[in-house]
Amino acid sequence: MASKTRTTYTTVPAERAGASSGSSATVHLGSGDVGILNYALALEQLEAEFYTRAVDAKPSGLDAEAMSILDDLRKHEVVHREFFFTALGKNAIPRLSFDFSSVDFTSGDSVLEAARKIEDMGVAAFNGAGQLLTNPDFLAVAGKIVSVEARHAAAIRDLLEPKTASFAGDDVIDANGREGARLPAEVLPLAAPFIKERIDASQLPTM
Amino acid sequence: MHTEMGNKQSAFERVEHPAVMQRTSSWRGVMRDPGRLGAGLGLLAMPVVTAMLAKKAFGKAALPRKILDTLNFALTLEYLESNFYNKGVASGVIPSSDLAIFRQIRQHENAHVAFFRGVLGEKAVREPRFDFTAGGKFDPFHDYQTFMTLSQGFEDTGVRAFKGQAGNLMSNDDVLTTALRIHSVEARHASEVRRLRKLKGWITGDDANGPAVLRQAGVYAGDSTWPSEGNTTQLGIDVSQFQGTDAGSEAFDEPITRDHALSIASQFMV
Repeated sequence: MASKTRTTYTTVPAERAGASSGSSATVHLGSGDVGILNYALALEQLEAEFYTRAVDAKPSGLDAEAMSILDDLRKHEVVHREFFFTALGKNAIPRLSFDFSSVDFTSGDSVLEAARKIEDMGVAAFNGAGQLLTNPDFLAVAGKIVSVEARHAAAIRDLLEPKTASFAGDDVIDANGREGARLPAEVLPLAAPFIKERIDASQLPTM
Repeated sequence: MHTEMGNKQSAFERVEHPAVMQRTSSWRGVMRDPGRLGAGLGLLAMPVVTAMLAKKAFGKAALPRKILDTLNFALTLEYLESNFYNKGVASGVIPSSDLAIFRQIRQHENAHVAFFRGVLGEKAVREPRFDFTAGGKFDPFHDYQTFMTLSQGFEDTGVRAFKGQAGNLMSNDDVLTTALRIHSVEARHASEVRRLRKLKGWITGDDANGPAVLRQAGVYAGDSTWPSEGNTTQLGIDVSQFQGTDAGSEAFDEPITRDHALSIASQFMV
């Protein structure tokens, strides 16, 4: 994955965290812990927007339990998003705009399938980002969030394939019982199709 | 959106292809020199085999005492879980409709034990003796509701306990990331078991809607160091202001100390 996407990256001039360059609509995540928290904020914005639209759309084929789960996930992701905005303050990236045209929000199956991908991606993203943080308080709060995202992922997968091994399936958990961990360089290309702005991650720590 | 990354490509070269990371036991994410074990790693899918590699991987530089202690603590909790699910699956107490779920959980907990034992080698603690009746209080291998209650307790405790150790592992990125990758698996288990029991997969407040026996055992309680699961203050920010108190508590899982986790687990150790 990395070897394919690496060629699409270009280095841009460093700008301070949270700065938007306006007309070119590039969002700079910034550097250090702030950059990683802004990265998390970008992902949480995506999740919150997705579930807000999903709940509003009342997709067909979902029972009351599934709708209740989607609404809980919406609330959790909005909490995460607003928490990061508040914690980052003036260093926060701006509110992003999204393109979910690839998701059919009228179809319950389409919504759940997109939710599965988003949650699995979110867990692997937080698992990979922990090592990039230097402040133990930030690591602690990332740990508090990632397990909730994993709870979400399991619930969505169980809605898709009830009472099977899918909630922690062999497609996401390896033979040592470990879930994936992905670095921002792998995650951002997966998120990119849904985000209208350019995300400049050039200053993020990589190890 | 386009993405723009820095020029530290050598770091990215260590990133595994997601399919490789998920389906094989490649150690490139754990080891600093990915070439050392060669390309044949994908064939080694057995946890026992990879556990031996684990020892090599972490053992190249002697791990500090703090990390060894933390890994042995994790191993102790994994012993408890694997023992519980091995007995549970063998006992026949689990209805066939739920067996796929608990077989998957069992497989993961057994893999975690093999993994940590492999990492620790001769420094691994021995497996304790367990009594899941807790001295006659419970009958989990004949009563399915009790089995599920204890399962929920072990999984939610495991999530809290792993989370509480993250700070102790910050000095070693590889160990920290490995712990995080196991932590999220425990959280998936917890969600599934909770939902089997008609609870939410996430924890509202101090789990007032859940089993009283788990609350009484301190599974959702705070201790001298950290608040309870109902906590709604994160980095000094009141997170109940955004979507209410329930969502504010559900959206963040809380850690516990090693002592707190062991006080819960020791009720089942002889």
